[in-house]
Amino acid sequence: MVKRIAVLDVDKCTGCQSCVFACTRRYGEAGVGKSAIFVRSLGGVERGFIVIVCRACKDPPCAKVCPTGALKPRRGGGVILNSEKCIGCGMCVEACPLGAIFWDEENNKPVVCTHCGYCVNYCPHEVLGLEEVSTG
Amino acid sequence: MISGDPLSRVLYIDLSRRKYWVEDRRDLFEKYLGGTGVAIELLKEECPKGADPLGPENPIIFAIGPLNGVFPLASKTVAMFKSPHTGNLGESHAGGRSAIAIRMAGYGAIVIKGASDIPVYLSIYNDKVYFRDASALWGIRSSHTVGRIIREREGEAGYRTIMRIGRAGEKLVTFANVVTETYRHFGRLGLGAVFGSKKLKAIVISGKRTLKVSNAKAYREIYDEIYKMAVKTPAMRKYHDLGTPANVVPLNNLGALPTKNLTQARFERYENISGEKLAERFLGRRLACAHCPVGCIHLAALREPYEKEPYFYKTTMISYDYEPIYSLGSMLGIGNPEGMLKLMDVVEIYGLDAMSTGVILAWTTEAYLKGYISEKETMGLKFRWGDCETYLKAVRLIVEQPNDFYGALAKGVEYASSIYGGREFALAYGGNEMPGYHTGPAAHAGFLTGSRHSHLDSAGYSLDEQAYVKKEELTPEKVADYRNTYSTRYNKGGIHKKSSREIRQLT
Repeated sequence: MVKRIAVLDVDKCTGCQSCVFACTRRYGEAGVGKSAIFVRSLGGVERGFIVIVCRACKDPPCAKVCPTGALKPRRGGGVILNSEKCIGCGMCVEACPLGAIFWDEENNKPVVCTHCGYCVNYCPHEVLGLEEVSTG
Repeated sequence: MISGDPLSRVLYIDLSRRKYWVEDRRDLFEKYLGGTGVAIELLKEECPKGADPLGPENPIIFAIGPLNGVFPLASKTVAMFKSPHTGNLGESHAGGRSAIAIRMAGYGAIVIKGASDIPVYLSIYNDKVYFRDASALWGIRSSHTVGRIIREREGEAGYRTIMRIGRAGEKLVTFANVVTETYRHFGRLGLGAVFGSKKLKAIVISGKRTLKVSNAKAYREIYDEIYKMAVKTPAMRKYHDLGTPANVVPLNNLGALPTKNLTQARFERYENISGEKLAERFLGRRLACAHCPVGCIHLAALREPYEKEPYFYKTTMISYDYEPIYSLGSMLGIGNPEGMLKLMDVVEIYGLDAMSTGVILAWTTEAYLKGYISEKETMGLKFRWGDCETYLKAVRLIVEQPNDFYGALAKGVEYASSIYGGREFALAYGGNEMPGYHTGPAAHAGFLTGSRHSHLDSAGYSLDEQAYVKKEELTPEKVADYRNTYSTRYNKGGIHKKSSREIRQLT
């Protein structure tokens, strides 16, 4: 079955950003520069947090605006990036209403969630989960 | 150091000349790793002998280390400066997003020199430093408002730290703090006053990057080991469940909870302000510092009605921890948790160190009750134990300093008692008001000899507790030779789990 990252209960988020660091660690690096998930406060930590991550749209607007076909819809939702085709124009970033397409400053290319689920393992409070999605 | 690691870059900012530059200080970071070691060396370089702590010659040093941004739990920044409160070393640590932001901006340390002639705040975005006019922010009553304004005006939410001072820092109260991310503090020894003396209202730091590691597989394995220990074992349970307020009950049982300016070591109303009771009645949210899965920050949700308007309420989120409970609760005889939380909030709004403030108010109460001071000095306030309303008014007066008496309180309990008398009950060590651990002789020996006069300098309370559990008398020789007296199971930050349980059984 195809899966997607789901934000199950954002009110439990403590803002530790462990998921953000996990995402860059997939590449064998530390820090946050290659992360496709982000956590920030709702205008002050006392108000709680928002988790920004690709929600695996069935008809992704980011793919629709990609001028080189580098972003292709993924089976079950979301997109897959073909980095070789990408010219780093940033249209996809503009197109995503969630702000869920991030930018890798080192390579000047977008970073998009692949729904691998690595970050889910590092959420101490089950804010994040992996959810099965229909592919129909 | 791993090649390409930006840790050795030190950002120097000169507020007098509105200038900044970066130097590679590999020499320091290879010798001292980072953090406190590097910060103390930078302080030695930058702070001249005999420097006025509130003069432009007193530098502010922030330093972090190689583990920040790489491994979980490493979320603290150390600040080093000459303390305007004690005239001695100023060393203070804070979390929030401070350390991660400095690391991700590509620095291992930041040195702030000189002083501005007009209020400014600094915005540090990776390699760029902007000097922003803070004239419009100067004098704003609440540090929360300052945070909100800067939050809206600056970019990179979530990647940034916003360190700022409140009114107390502007007014050079020698125990003013620096608040970061609303609820974390460079609390002790008066960094806020040093900011104020430089007309530096706030610092925003942000950045986003990756850091290279030499062996990706080993890196992930070590990371997982630390992460699992923090999250899946009981090692950190005390911190994330009740948090440090879990100490209230065992310390009270032990006769170690300083109460009413330490005229008592047990508080008759301790249960009302215990971690258990506060969690049950008020706990509204738990927070974590960046890259720390523990989440030890506890916010109380205090719901209050507006007196004159029916069906109108406000809910304030107030951070509570053991030390503020001790200093603004038991130390003042306050057993009413709503009143204690309001007092904590006001201390936060003005940007004061909670511990010094509480001990100063406690000294003031005892001095008033014993007749060392009268309503002439207090401007009509009648201090008595447990009277929150009077304490709320007194905090404002300490910050605004409308007369000599409050001006003296704004310099700490040692200074105030040197003028008004009552030194025998002025609870300070080396000029710094005592922490909330009256566990026995080892704790007090540690407060006296530690360079920060903190309970964490040598964790003497842990020795006291072990002696108590073993029913042994702690002689001066045993305290001095503590490494051989007991196992050096350091237990910084609170009572050891095991001894805490044993104390509960014993009492």
